[in-house]
Amino acid sequence: MAYRWTNTLTPADVTPKAAYLNRRRILAGTVGLGAIGLAGQAAAKDELEANTLEEITSYNNYYEFGTGKQDPARNAHQLVTAPWSIKVDGMVDNPGDYALADLLDGLTVEDRIYRFRCVEAWSMVIPWNGIELADILNKVGVQAGAKYVAFETVVQPENMIGVQRRVLDFPYVEGLRLDEAMHPLTIMATGIYGGPIANQNGAPIRLVVPWKYGFKSIKSIVGITLTDEEPPTSWNKANGREYGFYSNVNPQVDHPRWSQASERRIGGGLFAPRVDTLMFNGYEEEVASLYDGMDLAEFY
Amino acid sequence: MPTHSERKDLLLMDIVGYINTAARRLPAWTVYIVCSTWIGWLFYLALTGGLGVEPINALEREYGELGLKLLVAGLLVTPLRKWTGVNLLKFRRAIGVGAFFVILAHFTVWAVLDVQTGERVWTEIVKRPYVTIGMAAFVLMIPLAVTSNDLSLRKMGAASWRKLHKLSFPVAVLGAVHYLWLVKGFQIEPIIYLAVILSLILARMKWNRARAVA
Repeated sequence: MAYRWTNTLTPADVTPKAAYLNRRRILAGTVGLGAIGLAGQAAAKDELEANTLEEITSYNNYYEFGTGKQDPARNAHQLVTAPWSIKVDGMVDNPGDYALADLLDGLTVEDRIYRFRCVEAWSMVIPWNGIELADILNKVGVQAGAKYVAFETVVQPENMIGVQRRVLDFPYVEGLRLDEAMHPLTIMATGIYGGPIANQNGAPIRLVVPWKYGFKSIKSIVGITLTDEEPPTSWNKANGREYGFYSNVNPQVDHPRWSQASERRIGGGLFAPRVDTLMFNGYEEEVASLYDGMDLAEFY
Repeated sequence: MPTHSERKDLLLMDIVGYINTAARRLPAWTVYIVCSTWIGWLFYLALTGGLGVEPINALEREYGELGLKLLVAGLLVTPLRKWTGVNLLKFRRAIGVGAFFVILAHFTVWAVLDVQTGERVWTEIVKRPYVTIGMAAFVLMIPLAVTSNDLSLRKMGAASWRKLHKLSFPVAVLGAVHYLWLVKGFQIEPIIYLAVILSLILARMKWNRARAVA
């Protein structure tokens, strides 16, 4: 069931490998100040340019490896990613400990160029390589009655400075409603720019849900559980007033401590203009119907 | 022959004496040179990629944390003299003024490069408590910076000048709370700043009470 969604960004938008290794983005000029807000969503899509691999791998939130933006790039080399297995359990037909290669065997890896919007009001455009989560879930067989998918990140305390410092209640856990998990936009990424995903980006396999704030896209996954109850999620546990279960990108619902109406694209340098944040991060057409009749200010 | 611990004390006295001699020779305006060079250097780093791929937030944080460090340094001058005999009193005013300019740079980067429009700046100050607190600390520093010259000191009289400059205590506390409030998750640095500032204030209150009793 791969290829259920076509990129609005074409492969032409992704810089060829030879170029991105040395490329420096043209500052500011590529995105006209204010033009995005006026021309609307369609224009915004056309003007997007993928971030460089250097940007994608040097500015990260991965609190297991420290709270500074450059900490994960410095520390994540300690993450042990092989061998890797994922424990699939709960309301599935074929539960078990799957070696990563076995779980993904026979499934199609696609290129997906997505906007990535952090809850901290910065954003990137990332050319992922990944597999639709729906394909994985169909492979293990979701039982009738399952309503949610819970995910868990690996914990390697001796390799993870943030775990030693108890920045959050680890292991990091996240969750999606089943229809969100089965949506064609939702992927499990295993690569970026056609290469293996860097440790700081969530090697060897991570979730990518492009219409939600970045922290929903849980990294380095070792557990997938199908359940009929809304699973706990790490940031919601840490501060429920600030981080809801849904955490859809929504310019109209502010974080209690800062505005979500605009964002800064990484890579624009010291004088990068703020750009307007798009409803559902620009994927409104594709996903708005999932939330029909829901008050998005209440279910933030 | 001096005992081991006496020898250690003598050595310490030597070090203290050495520092005090050096401090006497060094003019107070050295602090201004150091602060302005530091501000400029960080800006240069941000401009040339030295602070990473997202330099705006990085620069904002560098200035904010440097400002907090200078506020702590200012609060440390008196305890340092009491506890060790190291006398850096002549630098204190310059350290305070330096802190003001670093925090002015912090505010400017936030307002101009980060938030970018006057309307949004106002909204943030009014709507976000951690911004309100930071802004309050900055506003409280303005009268201190304005009166940090000999003319003001003479005009106001030493007693009321000193009283006004006690505002540096709430400024430091508000600054540390501002930092603590803006981080995500459990982070140790802002807690350390707040703890150091509060214990310096408590120590001073204790001395004052002891003096009042005696």
